[in-house]
Amino acid sequence: MINYLKNEEKIILSLRQLYSKYGYLPYKMNKFEEYDLYAKNKEFLIGDGVITFTDTHGKLLALKPDVTLSIIKNATDNKGTKSKVYYSENVYRISGKTREYKEIMQTGLECVGDLDLYDTYEVITLARKSLEAVSGDYVLEISHMGILSSLLDSVSSNEAYRQGVLDAIKKKSRHEIKLASQKYGVCEDKTEMLCDFISVYGEPKTVISKLENMNVNDEFVSATKELKELTSLLGNYKIRLDFSIVNDMNYYNGIVFNGFLSGVAECVLFGGSYDKLLFKMGKRSKGIGFAIYTDLLEGINESQNKYDVDVLLLYSDNTETAKLAKEIEKLNDMGKTVSAQKAIPQKLRYKEIVEI
Amino acid sequence: MINVALPKGRLGEKVYKMFALCGYECPSILENNRKLIFENEEKGVRYFWVKPSDVSIYVERGAADIGVCGKDILLEYEPDVYELLDLNIGKCRMAVAGKKDFYDDNTQTLKVATKFVNVAKKYYSGKCRDIDIIKLNGSIEIAPILGLSDVIVDIVETGTTLKENNLEVKEEIFPISARLIANKSSFKFKTEEIEKIAEFLAEQVKDND
Repeated sequence: MINYLKNEEKIILSLRQLYSKYGYLPYKMNKFEEYDLYAKNKEFLIGDGVITFTDTHGKLLALKPDVTLSIIKNATDNKGTKSKVYYSENVYRISGKTREYKEIMQTGLECVGDLDLYDTYEVITLARKSLEAVSGDYVLEISHMGILSSLLDSVSSNEAYRQGVLDAIKKKSRHEIKLASQKYGVCEDKTEMLCDFISVYGEPKTVISKLENMNVNDEFVSATKELKELTSLLGNYKIRLDFSIVNDMNYYNGIVFNGFLSGVAECVLFGGSYDKLLFKMGKRSKGIGFAIYTDLLEGINESQNKYDVDVLLLYSDNTETAKLAKEIEKLNDMGKTVSAQKAIPQKLRYKEIVEI
Repeated sequence: MINVALPKGRLGEKVYKMFALCGYECPSILENNRKLIFENEEKGVRYFWVKPSDVSIYVERGAADIGVCGKDILLEYEPDVYELLDLNIGKCRMAVAGKKDFYDDNTQTLKVATKFVNVAKKYYSGKCRDIDIIKLNGSIEIAPILGLSDVIVDIVETGTTLKENNLEVKEEIFPISARLIANKSSFKFKTEEIEKIAEFLAEQVKDND
């Protein structure tokens, strides 16, 4: 029996089911969006370019490079309520490296409104369950942008140095921190603290206790407390804390998280809370969400089908059409897939040949 | 099993020796044959030789869990990988070089021949200098001699080749040395093994200093 649904299609189906269970509603959107929206929030789109064109009235449009911005631009501020939506959409970008156009399949969700700790917990739990739906062998990594920004504040206000340190944290490079400190004349104690911080990752409990022992500033303490509250709800299972996840601080403020699957070389799930982005759009609401790059899941857990069809049905010019149709129906009723051909095609793998 | 991408050539051999000293030896790698992949099952390590500029691609795409390549490659291709350690070997520098009698007076577009297009672009855009990039794949030094370019952006080790061709270093861009890099996803699932290798190597770097 041949599998009709591709693996990623099955995954998307199960994800939809999962998100619906928690009251998330499907959101279907237009493929085009006014370019202005992205021009105003350029850094929110990670690194890649936007494909633009003019419409028939001369207005500059973009092929949607991102779903989050389109969803949250219409968010309304209401006390006590939140809007919860999920989507499964293709987005389009210009690849940063090759400058080629790329079509990327994304499935994800957004929770926007008057959020509290439970909402953060719910979204991260759904991220975890999403990874679990794909493969049992996964890791969900969580970071807190508040921890990074307060740490940087305590060390230096020099923008170039801060960027250098962030890059080094992102790459887990102690040597690069030392280099940057030398260049900008930052003292050894602070450099040492940053170097130690790079090796702080792993199981939540251990990491939190290390953070609690670091003497940085009040913001650092309160971000650590937030992280502690959240991780004690989430537990230790396949959750890791890792501060090498660095998202743009102009948009992301609190919790950010990434998901990895064993056997997939890239990060498959990106998420985080983006209150600052909403604030920039003039909204009081808070927001958190994530997206899974479903095209990266192609081929995961999937053994290649050995055959394209069960039966290659060969007929000739003399075969009666009604008889041919009946024969195909009969094979279909037996649960077999059939390709009717007059000669054997070069690129078709079949289990058996039936001639009539 | 940890897959290690090593850069073909002298640097790669030096790096392998460092790995072997850490207890990750794989004697078959030193045999003179055409094999490409070498495995020591007991130690849980598999090595393969690749072109130095390809190491970061193998690691970024996860075909190798870790690898060693020069900082020049990392700055040129900007792969999304962890850069865990400066191995402090294969030291050289990225520099601008030109004919001894060439003086850049900033009045004309500067013709720059290089293999490292992104490095050169970034360096000159930082200085707001208008340049014309000429991408070459080898024998870069010949470009200013034949008048193809005003200067070159290239790796300088001892400076002998430059000297012999009547060229000199005009500006230094950044120092280069070999780095241990790791695939981000592999690092999540093989954390302990990769950390152990990085720690052993760090000890050796310290001893070599």
